Amino acid sequence: MPYDAWKDNEYIEKLVKELQANGTNVVVGSLDKLINWGRSNSIWPLTFATSCCGIEFVSLGAARYDMARFGWEVARSSPRQADFMMVAGTIVKRMAPVMRRLYDQLAEPKYVIACGACAVSGGPFKKSYHVVMGIDQIVPVDVFLPGCPPRPEAMIYAIMQLSRKMKVEKFFGGVNRKENQKEFLKAHPIQDVEN
Amino acid sequence: MAEIKDTIARLFPEATFEDGDTLLVNIPDKRWHDLASTLRDNSELKFDFLVTIVGMDWADKLGCYYYLTSTEYNTHISVKVTTEDKEHPMLHSVHDLWQIAGIFEREVYDFFGIVFIGNPDMRRLFLDIDWKGFPLRKDFDESEENNPVSVESERQSDFTDTWVELPDGEVEKRQVRVFQPEDFVVNIGPQHPATHGVLRFRTAIDGETIKKIDVYMGYIHRGIEKICEKLTYPQTLHFMDRMDYFSGHPYHHCLCMTIEEAAGIEISRRAQVIRVIMDELSRIASHCLFIGTFCMDLGATTMLFYTLRVREQILDIMEKTCGARMTFNYGAIGGVMQDLAPDFVQDVKALLEVLPRNIKEYNKLFTGNVITKNRMEGVGVLSKEDAISWSVTGPSGRASGWACDVRKTDPYSIYGELDFEQVVKTEGDSMARFKVRMEEMEQSARIISQLIDNIPDGEYCVKVPKVLKLPAGHWFRTVEGCRGTFGVFLESDGTTSPYRLKLVPPSLTAAAVVDHITRGNKIADLITIGGSLDYIVPDMDR
Repeated sequence: MPYDAWKDNEYIEKLVKELQANGTNVVVGSLDKLINWGRSNSIWPLTFATSCCGIEFVSLGAARYDMARFGWEVARSSPRQADFMMVAGTIVKRMAPVMRRLYDQLAEPKYVIACGACAVSGGPFKKSYHVVMGIDQIVPVDVFLPGCPPRPEAMIYAIMQLSRKMKVEKFFGGVNRKENQKEFLKAHPIQDVEN
Repeated sequence: MAEIKDTIARLFPEATFEDGDTLLVNIPDKRWHDLASTLRDNSELKFDFLVTIVGMDWADKLGCYYYLTSTEYNTHISVKVTTEDKEHPMLHSVHDLWQIAGIFEREVYDFFGIVFIGNPDMRRLFLDIDWKGFPLRKDFDESEENNPVSVESERQSDFTDTWVELPDGEVEKRQVRVFQPEDFVVNIGPQHPATHGVLRFRTAIDGETIKKIDVYMGYIHRGIEKICEKLTYPQTLHFMDRMDYFSGHPYHHCLCMTIEEAAGIEISRRAQVIRVIMDELSRIASHCLFIGTFCMDLGATTMLFYTLRVREQILDIMEKTCGARMTFNYGAIGGVMQDLAPDFVQDVKALLEVLPRNIKEYNKLFTGNVITKNRMEGVGVLSKEDAISWSVTGPSGRASGWACDVRKTDPYSIYGELDFEQVVKTEGDSMARFKVRMEEMEQSARIISQLIDNIPDGEYCVKVPKVLKLPAGHWFRTVEGCRGTFGVFLESDGTTSPYRLKLVPPSLTAAAVVDHITRGNKIADLITIGGSLDYIVPDMDR
């Protein structure tokens, strides 16, 4: 893929324009750059695979595709230590609450990649009674990655796009506080705890 | 077959018979349990292996087909039991005769709402506890409003229902505890790196010892069987790749064979040979990945990289011919989808050359290791009787001394002419299950080397009508998938799409037996045992 094509992403251009609309403080801007440089080069995935795409994710971790080249190899089994979750595989109605909880457990700032046709839109199971037709019904998604399953190269491309997005975000501007505690408790009421 | 018929007719005069590829016995529900125990215990019959229970909805009545096999005489039989009551359908349970029947009956209950009298655990198997309706019934309301997507955690219950028949013939519903109040229950999964997918175990433990495991499935139940009823026959094929994604080729083979048999299509010798080579290649790739992930579960991460090396080589061969790395969709009705790639033979030969060296290396790295031996030998022993009673087929069954390889017992395609051995071990522990797979790779290589030099010329796919209509009837075929006996039950009503397509996955029984094997073992061994059974969760959930 030519380098220019890789950079061709309207969504990120729009994001950059929005961020630069009000200008940036020199000190905060420089700190942002430094932090984003670090974050975008060590994105840790959550080991989360439900079906076929998960096996391609294993291939991505192995010697041939070797995601360690990019700093993504530290796949964590606990969501509390991960930066993003790659939803690799079909999400069905029984799994939906579990997935939502995993997303809630990820520490901010957090990202989601919908990996594979099933996670994007239900894919080949469009006519099913038990499949969630696209995980964007349950969690906000940053990158949609089509394919059934996507090749490991496509997965590399998707995570690179995520990394580009991270690079232009304002870390001090609230990226790491997308959802505050009050809002969270409102959405997830706990018995006997006042919001 | 005639003798079996005579024996049954003598003992059960009310039974009626239909001849087909297997003998079908019709029996009223009230005599079914007696017939079942006769079928299992009579010394001339000995049907000790329950292959599957197929739930059916014929619009005016509900019922089940029971497929049985005798491991001693290698004979097959099917039994049909029906009920006309659609409001409260009830049949008698046979869970006391075949252990696996308990799980199969739960599956039928989940999909059709048929209650099995006497089954101690009548909960749903795949769907939520509060799911409305029975999805495989023909009048099921599939609208999103009926069962909406929810992000609220599913309601949990420690109780299960059971229906008991009282001496006066009345049936009473009772509530039973799954776990006792004093049990300490640990939840494992569905998001857990060692469950190989989204499987959940509720584990009652006493200190470190496992008392009971309650297996929760359905976290990836995609409703393939129901979708297939809305599609034409060629459209149903691609789901075979997405169930057990390692044995896409054998699964395709099975469904294609069933449809071809029903439609009376004769396929060319070339297509047969290509199919068998592909089956065996995927068996090697599958066992490679099994060894890799299993070793990784036990802490030997390096092995994954060694085994994936061979797997990637096989995937390259597949990719050149099929155009995909995982979901090949290569089998077609009448043969295969495309012809072989020009350098297929050369690539396969290169693989056959490096494979023995690699297997030797795996053994050197892992099999002889002291830690490996301590963790695997004698852990999770499954006896031959239990393997048959729980229908644990494939390499796991063969590790318990049960010679259940369909390629040998009921040779399909061209397996009858090939020279290979069935790997059987008698220890029944995790080590045996591991070793069987290791040796099966060598046998698969042996099969491929017999075929690769003489792939006959001819057409790779015979001409099949674009709109395929099957005659009314039902068919059941099995093949040896990478993980065990995979079966396809197909009932047609004469239209272009199946009336019922039941897929019989080997992983379901492998997961069901976990509870039985792990009882009394340490909780750390659960990972070893689960890994060695090598179940694939999308396969069992469908």
